[in-house]
Amino acid sequence: MADFDAIVVGAGCAGCVAAYELARAGKSVLLIERGNRAGAKNMTGGRVYSHALKAVFPHFEDEAPIERKISHERISLMAPDSNFTIDFSSYEMLSEGKDSYSVLRAPFDQWLASKAEDAGAECIFGIAVEKLLLDNAHRVFGVSAGGDSITADIVLLCDGVNSLLTAQGVEAAQPAPGEIAVGVKQTIELPETVISDRVLAGSHDEGAAWLFAGDATKGIFGGGFMYTNKTSISLGVITGIEAQAKYGKASICRLLEDLKANPAVAPLIKDGKVVEHSGHMVPEGGINTMPTLVGDGVLVAGDSAMMCINLGYQVRGMDYAIAAGMHAGREAAKAIDAGDTSKAGLQGYVRALKDSFVLKDLEKFQKVPAFMGHFNRMFCGYPEMLRDIMNGMFIVNGAPAEPIKGTIMQAAKQVGFSNLLKDMRGAMKAL
Amino acid sequence: MSETSAVASVDEYLALNKYEVDEANAHIELVDEPNDDEFDKLIMVCPAALYKRNEDGKKFFDYAGCLECGTCRIICGNTIIKKWEYPQPSMGVEYRFG
Repeated sequence: MADFDAIVVGAGCAGCVAAYELARAGKSVLLIERGNRAGAKNMTGGRVYSHALKAVFPHFEDEAPIERKISHERISLMAPDSNFTIDFSSYEMLSEGKDSYSVLRAPFDQWLASKAEDAGAECIFGIAVEKLLLDNAHRVFGVSAGGDSITADIVLLCDGVNSLLTAQGVEAAQPAPGEIAVGVKQTIELPETVISDRVLAGSHDEGAAWLFAGDATKGIFGGGFMYTNKTSISLGVITGIEAQAKYGKASICRLLEDLKANPAVAPLIKDGKVVEHSGHMVPEGGINTMPTLVGDGVLVAGDSAMMCINLGYQVRGMDYAIAAGMHAGREAAKAIDAGDTSKAGLQGYVRALKDSFVLKDLEKFQKVPAFMGHFNRMFCGYPEMLRDIMNGMFIVNGAPAEPIKGTIMQAAKQVGFSNLLKDMRGAMKAL
Repeated sequence: MSETSAVASVDEYLALNKYEVDEANAHIELVDEPNDDEFDKLIMVCPAALYKRNEDGKKFFDYAGCLECGTCRIICGNTIIKKWEYPQPSMGVEYRFG
């Protein structure tokens, strides 16, 4: 008889929700988190899309520590000496199930863990799982944590992008540097009203999400990001690890300092006080880098399973982790009831993910990582092209006016018409 | 050089974070005399700017301000990073915002 029906490793989005579902199904579950509390080792850009959270906690808005509802989507193309921004807002993006919220993971994960605990999950904080316990047939039957061996019918690996356990549990290969991005972020405190005013939010409950491509990474694959919290701004830079290591023109910390000083960003954070400097990896390799999702006595969910998508205009991970955690918890409970937590017995989890948006999306966008990784002109080329076109449109200097068609053709020629066509075709295929 | 000033300021930012530093146990260790090119990759990607060189090119690394992201493990885990573990129980960074 095992110590627990299930052990969940990691109290992030996937782990807390999985533990919550298992506890609700009446299973004995142990949630182990290496941070001194949930969220202590976690960081996001970031924003969570509500739909997945709503499926588990229909009234989360009333109790979860969410920061602001995102009412403005902004995307900027930054050249070294210019910035072109799209600002989109709509009624529809504010409607229930289509809305999204900025969050800070320290408070957010603590709330999620409290939901699991209230449902009956037992939680241990401040101890990392050092290794999995495997029998001779390579079946996982527990974990070793803090020198203790704890056994369970199933172990759920929800231990994040830098998992040291998936190699042992499901024989996952270490991700290649080209499949992972690194993010650096600062949390910058500002008065609530100042934040609302600066991003043109309609109220203190609403705010903006903002992505910056181009000079934010000095032309490297990646981008800058900004999310408004209630009384702070999350500002950071993400770059592909391989691209940044090989071709980076400045260290990632330097990129963030330069972004903060950029004339398009500096007024946003003026007089703000940096209160935290954080870093985290982001799995960006897509479905082709996903490990096997189940093994005998073990399953993988969330970032540890590389469930993340970066489309350039949209970055998602937390909603996939929440949905995967939900399915993992529910299907693990069923497998425990059936008395079969072998790889075959856990196929319900894989099926549930295939039927849900999680694997459907990851499947649909499987060509995106390769496309984005080689989409160099998005980061150096197109920002400059737009600059030239916009300068032609907006600058009046008394010289005889040029026809706008000529300005556009001239700017496009710089990039090259065949390159434009190639990128357009590539984007159509991948997205 | 501008890079040095950024690195200096990162240390000041890290001082704002909450840490419980395990003085007795380094959770990341480099090989002796790490290769220059590999080390320079780490300078580019480490979000805590823990990998540094001074004006003479001498290399420095201190795990104390580590954000435990794992980036150095991914890029140099097979080259100049000899050991990469998570810090001991209750040690390391503790995000208050995240």
